[in-house]
Amino acid sequence: MKLIVTDIDKTLHEVDFKEDDILMHVLRDANMGILAECGGSCVCATCHVYVDQEWLSKLDGIGDDEEDMLDEAYEPNGNSRLSCQIQLSESHDGIKLTIGPKWD
Amino acid sequence: MSNRVETDVVIIGAGPVGLFAVFELGLLGLNAHVLDVLDKPGGQCAELYPEKPIYDIPAWPVISGKDLTDRLLEQIKPFLPTFHFNDLVTGIEGSVEKGFTLSTECGKTFFTKVVVIAAGGGSFQPKRPSIPGIAGFNGTSVFYAVRERETFRGKDLLIVGGGDSALDWCLNLQPIAKRVTLVHRRDNFRAVPNSVSKMKTLVRQGKMDFIVGQVSKLCGTGGQLQSAVIKTKEDAIEMTCDRLLPFFGLTMKLGPVSDWDLELDGNQIKVDTATFSTSKPGIFSIGDINTYPGKLKLILSGFHEGALMAHAAKALTHPEERVVLQYTTSSKNLHKKLGVA
Ligand SMILES: Cc1cc2nc3c(=O)[nH]c(=O)nc-3n(C[C@H](O)[C@H](O)[C@H](O)COP(=O)(O)OP(=O)(O)OC[C@H]3O[C@@H](n4cnc5c(N)ncnc54)[C@H](O)[C@@H]3O)c2cc1C
Ligand code: FES
Repeated sequence: MKLIVTDIDKTLHEVDFKEDDILMHVLRDANMGILAECGGSCVCATCHVYVDQEWLSKLDGIGDDEEDMLDEAYEPNGNSRLSCQIQLSESHDGIKLTIGPKWD
Repeated sequence: MSNRVETDVVIIGAGPVGLFAVFELGLLGLNAHVLDVLDKPGGQCAELYPEKPIYDIPAWPVISGKDLTDRLLEQIKPFLPTFHFNDLVTGIEGSVEKGFTLSTECGKTFFTKVVVIAAGGGSFQPKRPSIPGIAGFNGTSVFYAVRERETFRGKDLLIVGGGDSALDWCLNLQPIAKRVTLVHRRDNFRAVPNSVSKMKTLVRQGKMDFIVGQVSKLCGTGGQLQSAVIKTKEDAIEMTCDRLLPFFGLTMKLGPVSDWDLELDGNQIKVDTATFSTSKPGIFSIGDINTYPGKLKLILSGFHEGALMAHAAKALTHPEERVVLQYTTSSKNLHKKLGVA
C-alpha cells in the first residue's frame, strides 16, 4: 500500500506502508522531513501534515488533544492533522498528503 | 549572583539526567552548577509532558513528568547544586589541564574543572513563525519572551497564540499597554479556563481585542513594526501595532553544541561508554544528547550514564585519590554527605 507525499520542496514521493502503521513513523522512516520531536506523544506538533480534502473523511475524527496541539503547528488549516495520531489501514491506500511547513 | 563562578563541575541541562548527575557527583564530593535555557528544572519531562505518566522508572510503577522532577530535586538537595535558569551556554574553551571556561548568552562566565553536557534533545527555543519580513523586527519589535514587562508600557501589542503564555501575557500586559490584541487561529484555547474567561471579560468590557485568524505579513521600517496583516476566515485585515509577541510553544534546537569541536554522529555527541567522556578529555556527555552503540534514549539509561561519568570525573580531577565504590546504605562517609548521619 502507498502514500502519495508532497514534501516541503513540493517534490512528490510514493511511500510504502503496512496495515496498522502509524503515519508519523512511516514519514519519519522515509525521511520525508518530519521532526516528530516528542516521538508521537501529541505534545510537540512537529509532525504536522495537510491531508488532501478527498481523503480527510476517510480518517478517524480528530481528537481534542490533537486539535489543541495543532495550535502549536505552523499555519494549520482545515486539512491539518498530526501524523502521529493517525493509524493507517487498507482504506488509506493511495492517500495524498503534504508535509507541513517548518518553524524557524 | 556574581558573573564569575568557580566550581568543580558545570552541568549543561537541568533535564532528569542532568539533575541526577548532581547526586552521583555529590556522593563523590564534587559540587555542581547547573544551567538551563528554560526557566525551570526537568527538561522534556517538565516542558513537554509534566502531567503525562511515565511507567519505566525503576521502583516507580507510574510517575508523572512533574513528580519525577520534584523527586529528583528533593533527592539532590543535600548536595546544594546552584541553578542558573533562562541562560544558554554558548562557549566552552580550555582543557582538562588548564580547566574550562564556559560563557553564556546572559554574559556569565564559569571556571570549572570538568563539564558535563546533559543537553538532551538540544536547548528549548521558542518556535518562530517564518512570516515574511519577520527577521528584520526580531529583538526590536518582535519578542518571544517578556524579560522586562516595563518595556511594553504604552505600546500597541499584538499577542499571538492560545496557550498559557499567550493568555498570561495578555492579562499581565493589558493594564500597562496602550492596547492589546490577541490573535489565535480558533475560538478555543489550550490555556487554563480561568485565564480564558478573564481574557473574554476584558474583551467584553472593551479593554482588549480578540481576533480569530493568523498573522500573515508584517510592515514597518528600520526594525520598527507599524502594522500586521491578519488573515481571517473571510478576508485579511491590516492592524496597526508596534510590538508582536508570538507564543507557539518551544522546540528543541541543537544550538551551540555543534560549535564545541566535539566528535558528533549526526546531532549526537559520541562518547566512550566506560567513562561517558566525549572526544575531549574533561568534557563528559550523558542523556539524550550522547550516542554510542546500543544507545537507548531513556531516562533510566541516562541515570546509569551519570553514575559512570561521576566516577570518571572524580578520577580525572583527583588522580591522587583512589575512587572506591561505596553503598549509600552503609557508608558513614556518604551518610554525612547526604545529611543523614
Ligand atoms: C512525550 C514524551 C514522553 C516520554 N516518555 C518517556 C518514558 O516513558 N520513559 C523514558 O525513559 N523516557 C521518556 N521520554 C524521553 C525522556 O523524556 C528523555 O529521555 C529525557 O528527558 C532525557 O533527559 P536529558 O536530561 O538527557 O535531556 P532533556 O530532558 O532534553 O533536558 C535537556 C535540557 O538541556 C537544556 N539545554 C540544552 N542545551 C543547552 C544549552 N546550550 N544551554 C542551556 N541549556 C541547554 C534544554 O533546554 C533542556 O532543558 C519521553 C519524552 C517525551 C517527549
Ligand atoms: S510527534 Fe509530537 S505531536 Fe506528533
